Amino acid sequence: MIDQIDLSMVDWARAQFALTATYHWLFVPLTLGLAFIIAIMETLYVRSGNPEWKKITKFWMVLFGVNFAIGIATGIILEFEFGTNWSNYSWFVGDIFGAPLAIEGIMAFFLESTFIAVMFFGWNKVGKRVHLAATWLTALGANLSALWILVANAWMQHPVGMQFNPDTARNEMVDFWQILTSPMAVYKFFHTIFSGYVTAAVFVAGISAWFLLKKRHTQMARQSILVASVFGIASSLLLAFTGDGSAYTIAQKQPMKLAAMEGLYQGKENAGLVVAGILDPAKKAGDGKDPFLVKVQVPGLLSLLGYRTADAFVPGVDDIMNGGYKPWFSQVPEEEKESAFSVAQKIEKGKIAVAALRDYKRAREAGDTLLASRSRLRLDANFAWFGYGYLPYPSFVIPNVPLVFYSFHFMVFLGTWFILLFILLLYFLWKNRLEERRWFLRICLWTIPLVYLTGQAGWVVAEVGRQPWVIQDLFPTLAAVSQVSAQSVQTTFWIFAALFTLLLIADLMIMIRQIRIGPKDGGKS
Amino acid sequence: MFETFSYVFLQQYWWTLIALLGGSLVFLLFVQGGQTLIHVLGKTGEERTMIINALGRKWEFTFTTLVTFGGAFFASFPLFYSTSFGGAYWVWMAILFAFIIQAVAYEYRKKPGNFLGQGTYEGFLLANGAIGTFLIGVAVSTFFTGSEFSVNKLNLTDPVNPVISRWEGPAHGLEAVLNWRNIALGLSLFFLARILGILYLTNSVNHPVITKRCHRQLWFNAVPFLVCFLVWLGALFTGPGFAVEPGTDRVFLQQHKYWNNLLEMPPVTILFFAGIIGVLFGTVQPLISFTTCGPKGIWFAGPGTILTVFALFLLAGFNQTAFYPSTFDLQSSLTIQNSSSSRYTLIIMSYASLLIPFVAAYIIWAWASINKRKITAEEMEEDTHVY
Repeated sequence: MIDQIDLSMVDWARAQFALTATYHWLFVPLTLGLAFIIAIMETLYVRSGNPEWKKITKFWMVLFGVNFAIGIATGIILEFEFGTNWSNYSWFVGDIFGAPLAIEGIMAFFLESTFIAVMFFGWNKVGKRVHLAATWLTALGANLSALWILVANAWMQHPVGMQFNPDTARNEMVDFWQILTSPMAVYKFFHTIFSGYVTAAVFVAGISAWFLLKKRHTQMARQSILVASVFGIASSLLLAFTGDGSAYTIAQKQPMKLAAMEGLYQGKENAGLVVAGILDPAKKAGDGKDPFLVKVQVPGLLSLLGYRTADAFVPGVDDIMNGGYKPWFSQVPEEEKESAFSVAQKIEKGKIAVAALRDYKRAREAGDTLLASRSRLRLDANFAWFGYGYLPYPSFVIPNVPLVFYSFHFMVFLGTWFILLFILLLYFLWKNRLEERRWFLRICLWTIPLVYLTGQAGWVVAEVGRQPWVIQDLFPTLAAVSQVSAQSVQTTFWIFAALFTLLLIADLMIMIRQIRIGPKDGGKS
Repeated sequence: MFETFSYVFLQQYWWTLIALLGGSLVFLLFVQGGQTLIHVLGKTGEERTMIINALGRKWEFTFTTLVTFGGAFFASFPLFYSTSFGGAYWVWMAILFAFIIQAVAYEYRKKPGNFLGQGTYEGFLLANGAIGTFLIGVAVSTFFTGSEFSVNKLNLTDPVNPVISRWEGPAHGLEAVLNWRNIALGLSLFFLARILGILYLTNSVNHPVITKRCHRQLWFNAVPFLVCFLVWLGALFTGPGFAVEPGTDRVFLQQHKYWNNLLEMPPVTILFFAGIIGVLFGTVQPLISFTTCGPKGIWFAGPGTILTVFALFLLAGFNQTAFYPSTFDLQSSLTIQNSSSSRYTLIIMSYASLLIPFVAAYIIWAWASINKRKITAEEMEEDTHVY
């Protein structure tokens, strides 16, 4: 039997979830975006009657199908891992978190899986327009599915619309619309799906560029690039816009994550945005040293982007650890409005909250209403810091700063490049000089792996940046796990790692072969 | 609308939906059953391709129903999700593993450059069909035989080990596979899925040789199914069950609890026997010709399966019964009442459930559109999406 939480189990549970999510996110972005690109292409076919568009549609549909299957395979694990690896989490917030997953199944998964069958097998069985509707509904289903899981994820980053019930020892939903429409959820959803659209646009443009380089299927390649570029430029601009919104909400709700994203240890007013930099590997929180070996910074921009005013004080890692600064935003507990608590103080208050819950439950069992009532008051007064009560020491709240910093800057740098890429693509297409610019076509091709890395970097920022919290400030990962041995999770980790890697190799090899075959045989498979 | 309903009603409404999803899932396991027969019913590459394509056009329905079943269970009865998935770790992981390999197998099987070879993907389909159906049967049987776990919400206040639901045995679910009653239901589900697979294939594949083989295989699977299911059912109705005392909510063992449940809930009795008759008639009717397999059996056995499993779930959860009993600590057993989501969440979810008839309608439409013509060898040669 296991008598206490095994920290290696927490690490393996996190590793397993990260592994599954990482693999899943290799396939999902393409599904999200390619579904719409295919739908646009098929719409052009139905409107124009030009069979070339049908051929193009069917070619990209083959690649969509290959990618979709493995996306599903990795997706099913994620849902069930909430139970297998994070059973305490499943109870503590299952009342809120479960609903989006169930609605996702009812509203989105069936839509997607039903109409994808019509999309693939219905060419000769339903009418043209019905088939087109099925293709659009598949795209809608895929994106609706993303909506619900991202609402759930956003809620973990910024829990709203719930209330803790000490009798059931869990958080319970009290306002569904607040959960659905919280700014964190809105920005997370749009930022994530636009990143998927950009991925798909880069993918289509890159593969088409390869066809142009090989001088094969050039007509199809030009038409595909046109669709991908228009889709891509719109998506990448919206991606930047929603990225700004995401960072703004992070500044409000997850200041430690923002500090890690910027490598900011000592906060300041009129804080500058680090455009690029190299962190000092020897830097420790609280040592007072400059965290950067070298950096390029735009003065005042971090305060301006994060708080919409250059005067704003942006707290750094050390400020959050030590407290004593005045938080800029009002969404902090009343007691911290004038001066933020140190993490050590929050841990103390968290321990009081946890103990008050224990006293409350024992008093209720014993029928001692007076003690129960007093304990409840103590719990309510300290519940804002409940999650801190599980933390072993204050610096536990600091995420892996270098990983978050470099991931964030990699993501932003490449996000900017994608905008430029689509502008250049459209310009060369307009000037009818795309095929002459072979160097640029090669860049388009090599941007494909970069767009995938960018998506992964984005999730590293989102998920590593919020550690140690599974639910921000409310529940740390170490309290959320199941009581399974580390060896069991380690075993399944390696089984999944081996299986996913095998399937990824198969996926890539099939994709490459299908691309080499090209659209001539696109309808065969 | 749902705001006016009582908490108990909403809890029962969601248990009913879970039961319906469970019934639909078991019916849709015909895909898995068929997958275990690919090499038995198909002796040539062409025959196997026809069988795989007939099944492959439906695999996503099974998969989606499984995922939705999990999501709905999580949302409506989170304590079950937390206790069972976090505790019976190995059983659930094995089931998941079996479904991961299925998801890619159809799409990759005949694709050039598939790296692992066609045989490997067909092996994946076989493994998914055999392991998936058997283990789901075992897992469902534990709803009646119990598991070794404890639930204590006070644990949350212990920062050293705050886990509420704890599995109290070292095997983490594998012990369920050693219980003969669980094995009996696991085997029942395995053979039932094969029966449904055979019936579905006779209905959707136009190939006399395959249909003839289906006829023989139907016998081979109907007999062991009946034996295993009757053994399990006999043990269920003659043995003790996990009853909940009204008023105190104390869980205790009561002799013939599930048989009493059947007698005390006449609508469930009707559903249960209607389902059993449907399955039996659907299985026997195609055997009447003695030489080939009639195509209509699935129309009876399919709905029959849904009704039977639906009724079994109602027997497990209704009428003062603990649906997920603990043999380690009876008072930790999960009931519809003590494991459900809050009233507010159930109301929100109930509004979402209003979409179910629309979902069912477009699934029926899509199913009919794709299946309006039987699969032929010629179709496999046409320029379409072929697995």
